[in-house]
Amino acid sequence: MSDKRIFEIYRYDPDTDAKPRMESYEVELDGSERMLLDALMKLKKQDDSISFRRSCREGVCGSDAMNINGKNGLACLTNMRTLPQKVTLRPLPGLPVVRDLIVDMSQFFKQYHSIKPYIVNDTPPPEKERLQSQEDREELNGLYECILCACCSTSCPSFWWNPDKFVGPAGLLAAYRFIADSRDKVKEERLENLEDPYRLFRCHTIMNCVDVCPKGLNPTKAIGKIKEMLVKRA
Amino acid sequence: MAQTIHKYDAVVVGAGGAGMRCSLQLAKAGLRVAVLSKVFPTRSHTVAAQGGIGASLGNMDEDNWHYHFYDTVKGSDWLGDQDAIEFMCREAPKVVYELEHMGMPFDRNPDGTIYQRPFGGHSANYGEKPVPRACAAADRTGHAMLHTLYQNNVRNKTQFFVEWMALDLIRDSEGDCVGVTALEMETGEVAIFHAKCVLLATGGAGRIFAASTNAFINTGDGLGMAARAGIPLEDMEFWQFHPTGVHNAGVLLTEGCRGEGAILRNKNGERFMERYAPKLKDLAPRDFISRCMDQEIKEGRGCGPNGDYIQLDLTHLGGETIMKRLPSVHEIGKNFANVDVIKEPIPVVPTIHYQMGGIPTNIHGQVVVPKNGNPNTIVNGLYAIGEASCVSVHGANRLGTNSLLDLLVFGRAAGNHLVETALGSKAHKSLPADAADYSLSRVAVLDNSSGGEYPQDVANDLRKTMQLHAGVFRTQASMDEGVEKVIAIDERAKHLSLKDKSKVFNTARIEALEVANLMEAAKATMVSAAARKESRGAHTVDDYGDTPEHPLGRNDQEWMKHSLWYSEGNRLDYKPVNLKPLTVESIPPVKRTF
Repeated sequence: MSDKRIFEIYRYDPDTDAKPRMESYEVELDGSERMLLDALMKLKKQDDSISFRRSCREGVCGSDAMNINGKNGLACLTNMRTLPQKVTLRPLPGLPVVRDLIVDMSQFFKQYHSIKPYIVNDTPPPEKERLQSQEDREELNGLYECILCACCSTSCPSFWWNPDKFVGPAGLLAAYRFIADSRDKVKEERLENLEDPYRLFRCHTIMNCVDVCPKGLNPTKAIGKIKEMLVKRA
Repeated sequence: MAQTIHKYDAVVVGAGGAGMRCSLQLAKAGLRVAVLSKVFPTRSHTVAAQGGIGASLGNMDEDNWHYHFYDTVKGSDWLGDQDAIEFMCREAPKVVYELEHMGMPFDRNPDGTIYQRPFGGHSANYGEKPVPRACAAADRTGHAMLHTLYQNNVRNKTQFFVEWMALDLIRDSEGDCVGVTALEMETGEVAIFHAKCVLLATGGAGRIFAASTNAFINTGDGLGMAARAGIPLEDMEFWQFHPTGVHNAGVLLTEGCRGEGAILRNKNGERFMERYAPKLKDLAPRDFISRCMDQEIKEGRGCGPNGDYIQLDLTHLGGETIMKRLPSVHEIGKNFANVDVIKEPIPVVPTIHYQMGGIPTNIHGQVVVPKNGNPNTIVNGLYAIGEASCVSVHGANRLGTNSLLDLLVFGRAAGNHLVETALGSKAHKSLPADAADYSLSRVAVLDNSSGGEYPQDVANDLRKTMQLHAGVFRTQASMDEGVEKVIAIDERAKHLSLKDKSKVFNTARIEALEVANLMEAAKATMVSAAARKESRGAHTVDDYGDTPEHPLGRNDQEWMKHSLWYSEGNRLDYKPVNLKPLTVESIPPVKRTF
């Protein structure tokens, strides 16, 4: 069954282009291209200069996040059947473009690092594992599964405006992952670190993050819980 | 133009589980360590591991490292080195506890200890019955582990060079490794990393096959670098087929499915593994199960309109267990097979998954090569760890959960060895004057290319060839033909051409450089396979079947030895298997039944 698709792709190579442009491609799909990433790989055979990141092709590495017909998502988890005949691909919004669909994610990771994304527990560990109840472990579900693809943060207007000051949904989800971990010993410091008009409180519950997360996670809920803890603390 | 030179105590190439476990050890000891990675660290392929980490914690049922040791030796079909296997199994509980202390979100038992599930080939009391040994975080164990390791490296201020592709090892006139060249993808510039020690942690080359569970980045870059630098590759004929790759998609479904109780069924709905492996059934080792599945399909009991797959049945586990223990499997079924695994079985086929062979090392991770009659002479300044290496703990067939364990144990051991041998106080050896020339010329050839073939066309032909001639069932004639074909493709790979000549994030150029590495891994595999005239573990050859003299086709008299393939001259050498453990009795070879 022949399936002709039109791809409009954001193209920009700072080496040769004065400014970005949208370029149109026609691709004939033969049905073996289940996901958008498969179609993109086929397109790359037609024009090897189209640049995008990709690796695991199963939605766990977080490489191939892009803006697909106006909405952020992973190319490898976007089924071609769910897309119209014309597919418009742009880089994730709000971050500097390195080339084509590849963005500079430094700002995104800087915010992730700013929340101290690691357990702090300086009491000497036991010989075996630290015990954690099943209930305490369940608190981490919906938090630890983040793949750092940046779909959420780059769909958030607050992050677009203040990427240097607002931690963003991905970073805040991670912040709550460590606050919620019964093994972590610096919750107060973590809350202190977020008690700021920008770092946390720029979240206005627009919930774009929840809408786009390819792993079905809910950063807004995690942010709400941090806000609640801060209110109780005050 | 002179190349930029970065100077470090140690350079780790690859930021997967092994690389980051190692760099953590080095950074904690205060050494200057750089980690180079083609992708952001948490995108490394360790992230895709699902089922668990093998360690005899005994949290669910009686277990100890002796059982784990026995299972691993038997699983390896007696090609694994028993000193390395003992070391790994004894270290296992410690590295798992450490990972837990670092914050790894393991699932828990009611008493708060780490949850463990049964896995293929892992047994209690020397093969008597399956034992829960796989320490798991749902079916996202690799993801949880890789993120935990990255987070702890951030805490210890490891310096990452993200989206840098390492190109070639730099060896001086004495053969010592003194650094590595690497290409910064964003700028297209080649730089030199001058180091006292280089550690290759680049993972496997699963992308030499057409149907693979592996990520696109798994192109065996470290193998290519080693092979080009004159270092042999060990046991490359041994490739693991994972029994349960999603039919027509290649995506992996963890063996943890069967660990939680899922069953393989043929078209009659029969649980056929009961016939082949009365004791371990669906939890026999992977090579064994893959062959049984293939046998079922060959004898006309495959499922579907073409009778070309097997069903993995999870329906009796119940929605609650599936959503709690195997949530990603549920997601994968939906996304890649349009199947709700709670309600119906999912079509699976054995799919290329893991490279048992690699760069030869000892238990400290030091690369060893034959020299002056010693088969294990150390190459100064060079280590290899994880799937890129062959230590050899997996031998002819790896047990599930032993790969994540391998990364932790040997990543840590290599780091410790460098700290203990006082790497920090050693001086850098000087760089040869032509340190970057070879890499620069390889890049220049691509930049000036025209009229040659498109890299992915050559790579795709290679993948098809490997799939056809080095697949789950091999014949001598087909392997011999495969050798000819791969050598012909190797010629084509010397004349690649790029249309994209940009300096900035040129992914076409990266892919072309990867093809050079794929070629080395594929030649090593095909040549080593065609030369091994027996069946052992994952290397099953129709011509060498079960005879009274050679049970299951395994010929210990002639072939209980490691293959060593050299790129130069495309030649083979061999070295003995170490049957002597560190402290315990050797496990003598017997016919492998389950």
